[in-house]
Amino acid sequence: MKYLRPLITICGLLLVWSVVVSLTELPKFILPPPGLVFKTLIEKYDLIAEHALITAVEIVLGLLVGISFGMVSALLISAYRPVRQWVLPMLIASQAVPVFAIAPLLVIWMGYGLAPKVIVGALIIYFPVAVGFLDGLNRTDPAWLNLAALLQKSGSKSAVRNHYALYRYIKIPFALPSLASGIRVGTAIAPIGAIVGEWVGSSAGLGFLMLNSNARMQIDLVFASLMVLTFMALTLYYLVDHGLRWAMPWQPDQKIA
Amino acid sequence: MNSDSSSSPSPWEPSAVGAVNQAAPAVGVSLQLDRLSFDDTIILEDFGLSLPAGQITCLLGPSGVGKSSILKLLAGFIPLPAKSAITCDDGHGITNRASYMDQQDLLLPWASSLENVVIGARLRGEIPDLTRARKLLTEVGLQASSEALPNTLSGGMRQRVALARTLMDDSPIVLMDEPFSALDAITRFRLQDLAARLLKGKTVLLITHDPMEALRLGHVIHVMSGTPVSLSPPLRPEGALPRDPASDALKHHYSEIMANLALSEPAYA
Repeated sequence: MKYLRPLITICGLLLVWSVVVSLTELPKFILPPPGLVFKTLIEKYDLIAEHALITAVEIVLGLLVGISFGMVSALLISAYRPVRQWVLPMLIASQAVPVFAIAPLLVIWMGYGLAPKVIVGALIIYFPVAVGFLDGLNRTDPAWLNLAALLQKSGSKSAVRNHYALYRYIKIPFALPSLASGIRVGTAIAPIGAIVGEWVGSSAGLGFLMLNSNARMQIDLVFASLMVLTFMALTLYYLVDHGLRWAMPWQPDQKIA
Repeated sequence: MNSDSSSSPSPWEPSAVGAVNQAAPAVGVSLQLDRLSFDDTIILEDFGLSLPAGQITCLLGPSGVGKSSILKLLAGFIPLPAKSAITCDDGHGITNRASYMDQQDLLLPWASSLENVVIGARLRGEIPDLTRARKLLTEVGLQASSEALPNTLSGGMRQRVALARTLMDDSPIVLMDEPFSALDAITRFRLQDLAARLLKGKTVLLITHDPMEALRLGHVIHVMSGTPVSLSPPLRPEGALPRDPASDALKHHYSEIMANLALSEPAYA
């Protein structure tokens, strides 16, 4: 049933789609029937795969950059009080600025290549990761902090060393489930960054392909690309979700969906 | 969940405590408190408590009477209020040689029993003494579970790991806040036996709300009751620890303690 349910949902949607197309007799450049979309998907397999690979690389790189920066920011904000006043406003500003508005600038500065897409993706992913991790770091169980403080008192090591050990052995591990939630959210929205980046200026990628086919009224190709993109996004989420759960076996099962 | 009895061949057998307790000299501690208040509510006023060296002092009292506050002051979790003092017989401070055990086991869920026992050394950036940690796990009957994660252990086993962690640094002073109260009766009973054996020679403050536990484990028993809170004169039941709760002598003390406890509560109806 676990695997059957999504299958039923997909078949149901395809059925509704077919019925709508046959009842309304819409021309195929407005809404193509699912059969035609699948035919295009198979016929233009090479073309779609070529562009999909580029988009996939953009998404994964954006994800890696966004997660790294998010984690580093959260650690800095949590561990060093003075940093908070400097970094926190930037963190919030990174979300207040609409990515659609800065994406064209990035294209002007960096060209039509990979870099602006990765940056747009990273900008989107950065926020949930940083906020999730920071939240986890700030909410270590006080009982544990008390115990850790008492255990550290009998040591002769420096305050900096104790601070480091507290993060290494207590605070970071306790914050990992929150970080994982942030990464899950980031992964789910990661494709948006790559596609936005491709829309405002690119020479390759699924976003580019969709924009181009749209302009040429090749709606079947738009739909085929969209399906591949959705499939990629779901696969990525599934992989990340399983990876995170595998990495934290002590954590009680915490599915979002 | 593993059962408590299947973990080792002879988990509860008495053994040489000297093997794990490296005989740090016992030290008496006394607390003199002028006034402790939270948000303008006075919890304790003009309060004194002394813990005799090398003995288990039980502090009994109903919930909310301020027992835990006293322990938290001694542990340094609450800053000491003005005109109050914690003094040790030998003139040194308390905080760098006190261990603490809570009602929750406070085990790190991602770390094995062994790693949980040596967490103090890890937090101090020292190289942990794994031999001593294994010896302590054997003492509490968990040598077979040294690599197990806490969520695979029963409540009693987890609390035994916590006890091993508490003993790991061999502090002369041990502060325990209702350490066995979350356990079922039989597990609690066995853990009390274990604690009595392993805490020998240490200066212990044991907070509890269970008169039986105090009678089994306390060299000295104080009851906290009344408003304002006062400390009963020390009760020193005779007999070696852990005492037999069914003996006649203890029955007599039991009613005395219950009478003292009842002072803080208005009679029902």
